[in-house]
Amino acid sequence: MSKYLVTANINGDEVDFACHADQTLMEILRENLNMTGTKNGCGSGDCGACTVIMNGRPVNSCLVLGAELQGAEIETIEGMSKGNELHPLQQKFLDHAALQCGICTPGFLNMAKSLLEKNPDPTETEVRYALAGNLCRCTGYDKIVRAVLDAAEEMRTTSS
Amino acid sequence: MNEMRYEAPETIEAAIALLVAQEHQPRVFAGGTDLIVQLKAEMIEPGMLVDIKKIKEPREIIISAEEISIGSAVSGAEIGENAELKALFPGVVESVQLIGSDQVQGRATIGGNFCNASPAADSVPALIAANAKAVIAGPDGVRKVDVADLLVKPGQTSLTTGEFIVSFVFPRPPKNTGEAYLRFIPRTEMDIAVVGAGVSVTLNPDGTCAAARLALGAVAPTARLVEPASDILVGNKLEEGVLADLAAAASAACQPIDDKRGTIEFRTKVAGVLACRATKIAWERAEKN
Repeated sequence: MSKYLVTANINGDEVDFACHADQTLMEILRENLNMTGTKNGCGSGDCGACTVIMNGRPVNSCLVLGAELQGAEIETIEGMSKGNELHPLQQKFLDHAALQCGICTPGFLNMAKSLLEKNPDPTETEVRYALAGNLCRCTGYDKIVRAVLDAAEEMRTTSS
Repeated sequence: MNEMRYEAPETIEAAIALLVAQEHQPRVFAGGTDLIVQLKAEMIEPGMLVDIKKIKEPREIIISAEEISIGSAVSGAEIGENAELKALFPGVVESVQLIGSDQVQGRATIGGNFCNASPAADSVPALIAANAKAVIAGPDGVRKVDVADLLVKPGQTSLTTGEFIVSFVFPRPPKNTGEAYLRFIPRTEMDIAVVGAGVSVTLNPDGTCAAARLALGAVAPTARLVEPASDILVGNKLEEGVLADLAAAASAACQPIDDKRGTIEFRTKVAGVLACRATKIAWERAEKN
């Protein structure tokens, strides 16, 4: 029986869930809330596939417990597009073919979004360091880095 | 088997009351970046997690005229964003910023890095070099201990039942003090130190060294202060002979293991090299402060 009743804000909506003390945010998103956009890669904070934004910071959702999330604000990949309108990063990942199997993609997108909010004009080196906690085993990193730099440029143009 | 409980006390006293109840096999929970991994791998089976992030004191950074305090449950990202802290203790801030990815930084705490007690923990040599004391709360009250004295062996500190680290406190560095932390890893990011070196240097007005502390990580069962380094540097300028003596003292302080990331010979040599490089950086910073 689940013991902990938690209300958190997920992608702008108040969401109630019940969980056990040892359940991670990743498990709750995928198993309790059917939000399977957040991917389970390693489950130990090494691969970044489960990256979400929690209270404004990127975190590995496999290393966060559900029980500690009362009042927290969570942003997942499901909240990135506005309806059918893709976020510029999502569009640029498509344009640059920066994904193949797609397991790492939601984590990369969340991490890149978080980077561009802090630093709208990153260098290639800064992008590579910011994405160092996200592993991709099929596309390789060049296309991803190019997509992020291209999205950054577009977002700067449209916001100015 | 009883299901594990999660508790989030709001005061230090309430946390201690939970932590002394050994029948629940409680564990302190902060960033969770080590603890959740150990939990999922069934390396630990605590009956209760005591989350200290809802308590005020472990979450604060306090910078006063005499003393600086970093709460044990402050994350690496929060430490890195504090410009004043970075100016005062660049070595400590650099060391914390090297722990894991940005995602891990968002959660991993300085107290957790310390209490996980890895010989290779990046923050520990920097904390020792900066002369930090741990403020420990427990059933018998509060005690302040030099951080190096808390380290027992890999994975173990000398914290006793019911105790937890609330914060790390540092004396405000005197004028012309500089700090640095460097580590060697085979990659450029996301790796565990093969050798880590933390240095704090204070200079006299004539440019000679007034005080110095060098600490090394990943070269012994615990991070350690290289005591002879102080005598080698104090009264001197950063000349070649002095640096050679410093490197020799650093290497002599090593009792490393051989493993896939570095041999005994390599770690011993690199400890000397990094001690000198970190000292040079700390020295340059001291000249500007």
